[in-house]
Amino acid sequence: MQRVPVLKLGDVLIVSIQVDLEDQSVLALQEDLAEAVVAHGAKGVIIDITAVEIVDSFIGRMLATIASMCGMLDAQTVVVGMRPAVAITLVELGLSLNGVRTALNLEKGVALLDHLRSAAS
Amino acid sequence: MSDDRNMADDRNMADDQNMAIASSADVVGVRRLVRSVALEVGLSLVDQTKIVTAASELARNALVYAGGGDVRVETVRNGARRGLKLTVSDDGPGIPDIDQALSDGWTTGTGLGLGLGGSRRLVDEFDLASAPGKGTTVTVTKWAR
Ligand SMILES: Nc1ncnc2c1ncn2[C@@H]1O[C@H](COP(=O)(O)OP(=O)(O)OP(=O)(O)O)[C@@H](O)[C@H]1O
Ligand SMILES: [Mg+2]
Repeated sequence: MQRVPVLKLGDVLIVSIQVDLEDQSVLALQEDLAEAVVAHGAKGVIIDITAVEIVDSFIGRMLATIASMCGMLDAQTVVVGMRPAVAITLVELGLSLNGVRTALNLEKGVALLDHLRSAAS
Repeated sequence: MSDDRNMADDRNMADDQNMAIASSADVVGVRRLVRSVALEVGLSLVDQTKIVTAASELARNALVYAGGGDVRVETVRNGARRGLKLTVSDDGPGIPDIDQALSDGWTTGTGLGLGLGGSRRLVDEFDLASAPGKGTTVTVTKWAR
C-alpha cells in the first residue's frame, strides 16, 4: 500500500496524487486527511489530480467524501488539475461530483480558496 | 519451421493476455494492462480513459462481490478497425436480476451503484452473463475510431 504525502502550506493542506492508487491507499488517504485537517486546524484542502489518468467510481467517491468530511471539519476542498479525458469519462460514468469544487490548476485552486475565505469572513 | 511456430506463438501471446484478480493491487494491474493494450490498438486518449475506467469497475466488482476472478484482454479486428476486447469473469454468487444490477444507483454494497451501468455507457459493446450460483462474466469491446 502506498501512502500519499499530505503537505502543509500555511493553513492549507495540499495532496498531490502521483501514482495509480489501489483502493486501500485511497481509504488511507481519506483518513490521513481528516486527521491532518484537525491536527493543523487547516481551513483549506487542495487535491491535485493532474497526474491521475482515471477517476472511477471509487476514486470519485473518495473525492466527494473528502469534500464533505472536510466541510464538517470547517475546511474547504478544491480538486485541481482534472484531465479533460477524465472529465468526459466521469460524466459518462454518471458521477457528477456534486459538492466538489474544482479549479483548472493549483494556482487557480489557491485563488479559489482565498476567495471562499474572504467571502466567508 | 520451429522458428515460424515460435513467432506465431509470440503473436498469440501478445494478442491475448490473462490476469488473475485476487487483491486490490491486481485491480491496479488490470488498469495498467488494459491501458497498454488500448494504446497498442490505437484507441484515442479519451477512449483509452473510458476502457481503463470500465476495466477498473468490472475488476473491482469481481474482487468485491466474488472474492476475485480472471481478466482476459484481447485485440480484435473488424476490417481495418482494431479494438480491445475485455472479459472479466468470476465464479462468485452471480447476479439474480441483471436489469436491476445494470440500473444506476442500485447496489447491494456500499458503492454508488454506477459500476455496471457506467461501464456499459463507456464501451461500444457490452455483454453480461450471470446467474445465481453460476458466476458472472462481463465482456466489453471498445473500437478504435
Ligand atoms: N461480479 C459480480 N458478482 C456478483 N454480483 C455483482 C457483480 N458485479 C456486480 N454485482 C451486483 O450488482 C450491483 C451493482 O454493481 P455496480 O458495479 O453497478 O455498483 P456497485 O459495485 O454496487 O457500486 P459502484 O460500482 O458504483 O462502486 C452490486 O451492488 C452487486 O450486487
Ligand atoms: Mg461496482
